[in-house]
Amino acid sequence: MTNRIRALRFAHAEMTQAELAERLGVTRQTVIAIEQGRYSPSLEMAFQIARAFGVPLDDVFDYPDGEQS
Amino acid sequence: MGYDERNTWAQLLVGVVGFLTYVVIVLGKADGGPLVEVAYQSTMLWVIGLSIAASILLSIAFSIASGERTFRRDQRDKEISAFGTRMGQAWVVIGAVAALAMAMAEWDWFWIANVIFVCFALSAIFEGVAKVVAYRRGLPQW
Repeated sequence: MTNRIRALRFAHAEMTQAELAERLGVTRQTVIAIEQGRYSPSLEMAFQIARAFGVPLDDVFDYPDGEQS
Repeated sequence: MGYDERNTWAQLLVGVVGFLTYVVIVLGKADGGPLVEVAYQSTMLWVIGLSIAASILLSIAFSIASGERTFRRDQRDKEISAFGTRMGQAWVVIGAVAALAMAMAEWDWFWIANVIFVCFALSAIFEGVAKVVAYRRGLPQW
């Protein structure tokens, strides 16, 4: 699973990882881990991330066809 | 590095050092003689007590060194904690079963106490390693 969180952060007034973490109620390390694909967030957190950027879930996360984890 | 990860490192380091210290002291006390005659009890209790204290102090030292003052614990920390516990727990069961079998076979109390202690230590070390790997590389997808 890939994501566009980094690009979305920059598109939203260069939001820092710390600011996003604060909005989500998680640690900065968790935001870093999600951005780098080392942690798959829960569905609830995924929706919170999408809501923080005001975009649909599909605009944040991509689950390519045939990917199996 | 987050609060939980710092604590994991502190507990892992203290666990490894504490266990090795105990082994070295007990082997030193035996001095080539039979291990069952070694008075291991006070050493074991001191190592356990000092390990708990050292783990707390090291966590505080890591917090000061990192400069981070947040103590937040989130969903990822909880998932990694649960994963680490699962990885370490097998050793507790192995220790209990081994101790049970040794007691039934009427082994010396030294071996019964020490197999439990060794398995507790291995449990803590495996848990710590699993958590550190999960923090660094991510949780396994299964």
